[in-house]
Amino acid sequence: MSVWRLVIREIRHRRLNFLMGLLSVAAAVASVVGAQTLLTADRIITSQLLSTKEAEVEKSVAEKQAAVQQAGKELQDVIRKQMLGLGFNVLILPESQSLSEIHLDGSMSATMPEEYVDRLASSKIVTVNHLLPSVTKRIHWEEHNRDVVIVGTRGEVPIQHRGMKKPLLDEVAAGKIVVGHEIHQQMNLMEGDTVQLRGRDFTVSKLHAERGSVDDVTVWINLAEAQELLGMQNLINAILALECDCSGDRISQIRAEISAILPGTQVVERYSQALTRAESRAKAKSSAQQALKAAEQSGAEQLALERKTRRDLEHRHAGFAGLLVPLIILGSIMTIGLLALVNSRQRSQEIGVLRAIGLSARQLMLIFLLKSATIGILGGLAGVSIGLMVGQSLGSAESDGSTWNELFASGDLPVLILITPLFALVLSGLASWIPAFLAARQDPAVVLQKE
Amino acid sequence: MVLQLEQVSKTYVGHSTAVHAVSDVSIELGAGDFVAVQGPSGCGKSTVLLMAGGLLQPDSGNVLIGGTNPYGLPPDARASFRSISIGFVFQQFHLVPYLNVLENVLSPGLAGTNSPEHVRQRAEHLIEHFRLAHRQDHLPGELSSGERQRTALARALLNSPQLLLADEPTGNLDRENTDAVLGYLKEFAESGGTVLLVTHDDRAVPFAKRTVHLRDGRTTNHMNPGFSAASG
Repeated sequence: MSVWRLVIREIRHRRLNFLMGLLSVAAAVASVVGAQTLLTADRIITSQLLSTKEAEVEKSVAEKQAAVQQAGKELQDVIRKQMLGLGFNVLILPESQSLSEIHLDGSMSATMPEEYVDRLASSKIVTVNHLLPSVTKRIHWEEHNRDVVIVGTRGEVPIQHRGMKKPLLDEVAAGKIVVGHEIHQQMNLMEGDTVQLRGRDFTVSKLHAERGSVDDVTVWINLAEAQELLGMQNLINAILALECDCSGDRISQIRAEISAILPGTQVVERYSQALTRAESRAKAKSSAQQALKAAEQSGAEQLALERKTRRDLEHRHAGFAGLLVPLIILGSIMTIGLLALVNSRQRSQEIGVLRAIGLSARQLMLIFLLKSATIGILGGLAGVSIGLMVGQSLGSAESDGSTWNELFASGDLPVLILITPLFALVLSGLASWIPAFLAARQDPAVVLQKE
Repeated sequence: MVLQLEQVSKTYVGHSTAVHAVSDVSIELGAGDFVAVQGPSGCGKSTVLLMAGGLLQPDSGNVLIGGTNPYGLPPDARASFRSISIGFVFQQFHLVPYLNVLENVLSPGLAGTNSPEHVRQRAEHLIEHFRLAHRQDHLPGELSSGERQRTALARALLNSPQLLLADEPTGNLDRENTDAVLGYLKEFAESGGTVLLVTHDDRAVPFAKRTVHLRDGRTTNHMNPGFSAASG
């Protein structure tokens, strides 16, 4: 016969009391472990969801990037075809004008009467849509000590036998100046600035973007002002004919038609087709980049929203657990204490007899505390199991869930699982201590006199 | 002397009243003595027994058991002393309800100093002696009143005490079982033990060597003229 056997016998005899105590401890432990498991599962699921979302966003952006690149290629192809349909731009020059001078110096020395453009405009020409007379000269810009190409233009001259078309290029107004890229970069010019050219003030009306051609070192002013500054009154160097309806081998037709109207001139193709195409491509690329940026931004916003939603959910769970767990623990302590007190009252006669036959107060306390330890350990183990299952299933309800391996690899949980049975032992012991102490101090004479 | 009560007194103090349960009672019991304390209900019989058993400290007077004053010992030492020196038998048997007969008999061994093997042998011997062998695995609730009291007797004797204190042990028994229990008490006394029996049952008188009458907490001693070996 041992004290432990006495405890086991008593537990079997008063099963309900024991089960109630066990359930109380299990509830307290399950609430602690369950809350921690749920919070751990929350963190794992958040990590999983965000990883998945990030992968989705990256994939989506990559797909959009590929789609935009493909669309860009298709757009370039379309533009190339459209440009073929648009026709050529041609330059009408005096016959004596050396093309080498144009290409090497960006300047033109040969001239032709300005009235040529009016003659062409009033002719029955069908292969040309827009006419721009101009003077072009390479000069030294004294005021800024640099060489530039000066272009004077009066804008489009309407072809009289057709209706007025929307102009492709605007005239440079008197007193205004349009500046090529390299010049305005080096001179640090802004629109609205005033610059002096050969003693005359001009207001910068436009700054050109880089074109990678002689245009970058060119300034454009009004034709009349240019003629005056360059001493070329009523003379021009070239007529630019835009949107010529002369694709493919029809260039020979336009040459024949123009030379018939303007004898002593030559017709050369301009580079503007390639320029326009490049600009169109740049525009398409810019649009694609903006679309990509918008897609990336949208993905980042989705991720931020997901993070916030998960963070809110975790905070809600933590808050709920923070409120519920202490209440359950308090309730459990009270229940266990009450059960122990009821148990000691039920056993008062038995305790009196055990005292009478010689058991010490320490032995009686040991009997009660062994029982509470049994409740604590078994309730703790049951609580850990229940808490893990409930916490994991609640956590899993929100997504594909977290595996046990992931939960146990998360750091806090294994420690908690080891600690909580001890916590249950202490909880049960604390709750039973006072009733056990009271039982041990019970006066056997009082009990035995009650018979 | 095995038990000496020297002018012991006990007063129970309530909220507004004081009851003088025992006043200046003196009893001496030697080895082999079987003394019955008789008296009407409320005369202080049980109080005398509890004081003699080291369970209730008298307000005045001395209690000596084998020359030792149990109330001079610390509580745990007193419990141990009680376990070794005194056996108790009660009217209500006070068996532990969830222990079977064998375990109940063994229970004082928790407080004793004997080896588990010796305790078990002693328990089995007592169970055999009190004709409980066929019932040793039964719980108290499954026993008759006589069997319960015999179990209580076996438990009281497990640690081979010098002194056996019995409080109305036959109060719930029929004639046959009463005779049997009283016979066991007498047998214990005849084997050198000392019995202090508290009872109002006149059937106990022939078994006791001496009867002490208690009235209003005071005693009158006289030898039992009817006591003889034939009575047991």
